[in-house]
Amino acid sequence: MSSPLLDAAVTGGLLVVAFVTLLSGYRVVVGPTTPDRVVGLDTIGTNVVAVAVLYAVGTGRGLFVEVALVLAIIGFISTIAVAQYLTEGDIIT
Amino acid sequence: MTTPRTLLTVALIAVGAFFLLVGTVGLLRLPDVYNRMHATSKATTLGASSILLAGFVHFGPQGAGLVSLVGIVFLFLTAPTGAHLISRSAQRMGVDFAGGGRWPGGESDDVDDPTD
Repeated sequence: MSSPLLDAAVTGGLLVVAFVTLLSGYRVVVGPTTPDRVVGLDTIGTNVVAVAVLYAVGTGRGLFVEVALVLAIIGFISTIAVAQYLTEGDIIT
Repeated sequence: MTTPRTLLTVALIAVGAFFLLVGTVGLLRLPDVYNRMHATSKATTLGASSILLAGFVHFGPQGAGLVSLVGIVFLFLTAPTGAHLISRSAQRMGVDFAGGGRWPGGESDDVDDPTD
């Protein structure tokens, strides 16, 4: 069911997304302000969603698409929590 | 065996990887946090949504394919919300624009700037 073209595309896509995630880590480490780091972490979260979907397509196991959805939800909640913490100084007030 | 479905999946994966690359170049190269957020929240969302659409094309309209569509809707709802919240907290923290731009009400003047 998997053609060599699809395998090559998935492998290339995984390589590109992994490289891009590594580059986003530069902004997390170096970013001059705290919101810069949060933006970098948000980007890493979105890239990991893409990695999970690419892995699902490559292996043909649809379970990993649900892993991607859960990762997207966790990334959104963590972004909201950090933004709230930066604004209010506390998460649950 | 190269079916049209495989070709469409490969094209969507290529488009998605390209937009993720564009978003990260913007994250690394643009001058301040608002510009970086502008790059990542749009280009990265489009890239991840394109890869999720490739998952929908690959898995068909049931099971994991439907979960991919739900993921696209979820990303389009949450990525602008998260970017708005981060930029609002950056404005409350008093992060200034690159190049000396000002908020319309001059609000960033009376807040302590953590980057100084």
